Amino acid sequence: MRQSFDEISAQLKRRHRKSARLKWMSMGALGLAGVFLVFFFTDMLIKGLPAFQQAQIQVQVDYNEMAQEIPLAAVEEEVRPLVSRGYLRLIPGRMEDNADLLGTTRMEWVLADGQVDQYLKGHHNNLSASEQAVVDELAANGRAELKFNTTFFSRGDSKMPELAGIASAAMGTVMTLLVTLVVAFPIGVMTAVYLEEFAPDNRFTQIIEININNLAAIPSILFGLLGLAIFINFFGVPRSSPLVGGLTLALMTLPVIIISTRTALRSVPEDIRHAAFGVGCSRWQVVRDHVLPVSMPGIMTGSIIGLAQAMGETAPLIIVGMVAFIPDVSATITEAATVLPAQIFTWAGEPDRAFTEKTAGGILVLLTILITLNATAVVLRKKFERRW
Amino acid sequence: MDMKVADRGVTMSGHETGQPVTRNEQANHELSIRVRDLNLWYGETQALKNINIDVFQKDITALIGPSGCGKSTFLRCLNRMNDLIPSVKLEGLIEMDGRNVNEVKMDEVALRRRVGMVFQKPNPFPKSIYENVAYAPRMHDLVSRKADQDELVERALRDAGLWNEVKDKLHEPGTSLSGGQQQRLCIARAIAVQPDVILMDEPTSALDPISTATIEDLMDKLKQQFTIITVTHNMQQAARVADYTAFFHLGEIVEYNDTKTMFANPHTKKAEDYITGRYG
Repeated sequence: MRQSFDEISAQLKRRHRKSARLKWMSMGALGLAGVFLVFFFTDMLIKGLPAFQQAQIQVQVDYNEMAQEIPLAAVEEEVRPLVSRGYLRLIPGRMEDNADLLGTTRMEWVLADGQVDQYLKGHHNNLSASEQAVVDELAANGRAELKFNTTFFSRGDSKMPELAGIASAAMGTVMTLLVTLVVAFPIGVMTAVYLEEFAPDNRFTQIIEININNLAAIPSILFGLLGLAIFINFFGVPRSSPLVGGLTLALMTLPVIIISTRTALRSVPEDIRHAAFGVGCSRWQVVRDHVLPVSMPGIMTGSIIGLAQAMGETAPLIIVGMVAFIPDVSATITEAATVLPAQIFTWAGEPDRAFTEKTAGGILVLLTILITLNATAVVLRKKFERRW
Repeated sequence: MDMKVADRGVTMSGHETGQPVTRNEQANHELSIRVRDLNLWYGETQALKNINIDVFQKDITALIGPSGCGKSTFLRCLNRMNDLIPSVKLEGLIEMDGRNVNEVKMDEVALRRRVGMVFQKPNPFPKSIYENVAYAPRMHDLVSRKADQDELVERALRDAGLWNEVKDKLHEPGTSLSGGQQQRLCIARAIAVQPDVILMDEPTSALDPISTATIEDLMDKLKQQFTIITVTHNMQQAARVADYTAFFHLGEIVEYNDTKTMFANPHTKKAEDYITGRYG
């Protein structure tokens, strides 16, 4: 049957409309995702940015003998409730360390109580009317200010919001991830190399492959139970430690690394292997000198994404005791520690409203690190992905 | 002398023609590879049937035949590349230098050190031109000093007729070269370890006519030093470069003869039909 161009065009119109509709729907989905992302980031920034500032007030500190026993005596009665108790507690210790301080009186910028901080930021607070008046007067004289919050980055958790920081959680995360990396990367890559380059393709390896793929889909809290049963109860690894947390997360990250490494190895052209076998390479030399270098960008990308995933993980760490109150930055991988998402989780449960901004601030730090990690993955891939 | 040649037993499998292969040139050529009763299966399918062939040193032997006739499979037996395919089963004698290389205790790595290979598609390593050539000799501990290595790389590239084109860009990736240059780089890589035999699996099928001519000239030069066995789809190429030609059909060697006889006066009907283009 012959059709004229006009007849064909008339039929095509419907098809074109359909594809246009589909295009708009896809763009709408993308737009919606974008809006949510913007909304999420804006909310986090509005809530979290204030956490990076903390109120300080300038008060007269009187280093008298009484202050050695009762630190409160070091400051005037009027501003006593406005000064952080955490700061006051340090006074006797400082006087012991520095004998010259005794008997002197100095004007000092000291950390204000969390309520003062919230009042200055215009948030809900528990200050009485008279206390608010004092803060207003201090502020008017330039003696109460919001300054960059170094405490947030230098100290561990605290029950006093003005003293709570993410340092111990950040250190815990670094150590935990180091353990995860050191354990999961070599084991994962070697497993993938064995399965992909050495293992015969039989029923046994197929079962292993299916199981590895299934492991990647297991709820992470089960890995926590496994970690508890094996590492803590059987091997006696100290609980709450980055060591046990890292090992548990390594179990969880292994399948991700194995799968991404296998994909990377599989994408290496057979030509390269044949060339290498052809010049008399042993299987191991083929892998080490030719296949691994070519697949390294893919392996690194997969591993970094696996680590980033492990870094945001809280559930398995609850089980091995890493969601804990850790005021001090731990120095070794066997001491009790906590990690960033666990710290955020803890703060989110605090009744004091001042912890809301800490929670959001912690999320911002975690997000920054995650984005940095992912960006590193992209840069590494671009850098090593040479066109041959 | 005729007796000696006959002794070497250039046998035909399947179809006995009774015509011993005679050599026109110098007669001091020695046997390089002796294959007897070689059978190969891919799973249940038999791909090579009773292959018997003698390959002489420092000659070019061409393997021709229609697609799927087993010529590439046979070529890959000679450096045991078929070991990489799990379903392959292999029986028979492949004798080189007094050893049956087709037995388990023969280390295939040692074999490939003496039998180099050039593939159909140029496949330089994803490394620099220099490294492509230097890698194998260094791996086999043939060179230790940097100066020796430089010298070896230059010699291999010169022998492969590539030196003048790449001497100023030795550290650029091997894949930055043109297809023909890449193939010569692969030849340089193969000859860098000074093998006895070079296997070429349709080395020019991915190349243009000019690059093909360059490679053919190169093969002619290389046979001063090496035994070359090449698979080709191109009968003119076999006629141009080969001293001996084996015609494969359905997994058998139908005829094996010196190239002149093969193309001028083939002894078997099948070979004649193929060569004259009646099928293939």
